[in-house]
Amino acid sequence: MKITRKDFLRLSGLGLLALAGKKAVRAVGERSFASSSPPKKRVRWGMAIDLQKCRQKDGCDRCIKACHSTHNVPQFADRAHEIKWIWKEPFKNVFPAAQTGYTREFFGDLPVLLLCNHCDDPPCQDVCPVDATWKRDNGVVTIDFHRCIGCRYCMAACPYGARSFNWQDPRPAIAMVNPDFPTRTRGVVEKCNFCEERLARGQGPACAESCEEKAIVSGDLEKPDSEVRQVLRSRFAVQRKPELGTGPSVYYIV
Amino acid sequence: MSDRPLILAGLTLFVGLVTTPIWHGALDRKTALTAPPIKLPAQEKQCVAPTSYMRSSHMRLLEDWRNEAVRDGQRQFVAFNGKTYDKNPTRTCVTACHTDRKEFCGRCHDYAGVSDPDCWNCHNDSHQASRSAP
Ligand code: HEC
Ligand code: HEC
Repeated sequence: MKITRKDFLRLSGLGLLALAGKKAVRAVGERSFASSSPPKKRVRWGMAIDLQKCRQKDGCDRCIKACHSTHNVPQFADRAHEIKWIWKEPFKNVFPAAQTGYTREFFGDLPVLLLCNHCDDPPCQDVCPVDATWKRDNGVVTIDFHRCIGCRYCMAACPYGARSFNWQDPRPAIAMVNPDFPTRTRGVVEKCNFCEERLARGQGPACAESCEEKAIVSGDLEKPDSEVRQVLRSRFAVQRKPELGTGPSVYYIV
Repeated sequence: MSDRPLILAGLTLFVGLVTTPIWHGALDRKTALTAPPIKLPAQEKQCVAPTSYMRSSHMRLLEDWRNEAVRDGQRQFVAFNGKTYDKNPTRTCVTACHTDRKEFCGRCHDYAGVSDPDCWNCHNDSHQASRSAP
């Protein structure tokens, strides 16, 4: 069979037309599909901690106790084995840049409540080699303890020291086990989970609930009229190390 | 030719040794095929799935529960008979029904030569909870 130059040009032209037609049909189809499903609403759980209210009762640790008994956090006497979910640290160590020589006199040694910041862009998630830690759709950064291999990359990546490693079996160091939350074993990393299991039941975080001074306000940071957004609108609040670009979801009202 | 008795004796010994598992199993009453002596729950008659399915695939079910609950946040399991259960190995499996895990899971796992799953290093079974209570 022999194709003349004219036939060849005619055929290629027809082919191109058919391709263009297919593209057009698909584009129209996609547009009508997209408009029929509403845009997905983002949820991002966050917290505002009022440090002034938090200081009201000297040495109060109700929130810490509530968290630890809810989640079976072990208490080791040896600090090298300490497991931290929520804890306190002096102001001068938490916000080294946010003070002058004079404010340090007053603020420097005041306790600041610390926990996982549930970053918007969590560095721990990026380094985990087995996908054991990740940010949920609701903004909570969680750990899948079943998948954690204990490599501790995430601990190195976390700029807030919010993660602890189980160097030994934690069970003997738990005063009273809450049967409703699993303990952990030796060899996994753990941290605050923003009471993700309580959020699933429609409850708020245990620390916020236990605080009599209402120093901890939690809620959806993406919802303009949520309680936490109202607090953040009316008071001046800072994040820990915002310059790193991790986008912490925990705010401090100084 | 004078080696013949030696070779035959060696061969018999060899065949006898190689077939040890077969005749040992036939002679020994203990390894006869009987169902493992598992203790079934007293009150409940129906598990979260039909017995035949649980027998063959309970490990799959537990793993699916784990993945769905932890990774996708889907914590409710709708059973074949329409009942809803929490995908929770502590409350749904152990504290509510198989209160003696060692007598149920353990006995069958021993029988089948399955090493004890590590779930209970973290998930509480009823004994753990009561042991730690004050
Ligand atoms: C009737 C016998 C039987 C009973 C009862 C039983 N199992 Fe099993 N189970 C098995 C067998 C056989 C296997 C191994 C299957 C395989 O390796 O493919 C297994 C495997 C498992 C595994 C996977 C282990 C692994 O290392 O992959 C888990 C988890 C498990 N069982 C949990 C349980 C729990 C929890 C119970 C009690 C509530 C239980 N089983 C009761 C027979 C049983
Ligand atoms: C290293 C400790 C650890 C081990 C080992 C472990 N789990 Fe878990 N598991 C947890 C923790 C902690 C949670 C709760 C996580 C959450 O709620 O986000 C959990 C959650 C679950 C859930 C969801 C329901 C719930 O209790 O929140 C299932 C189902 C589950 N695990 C199944 C298993 C099975 C099956 C095994 C054994 C093959 C196992 N787990 C072994 C720590 C462990």
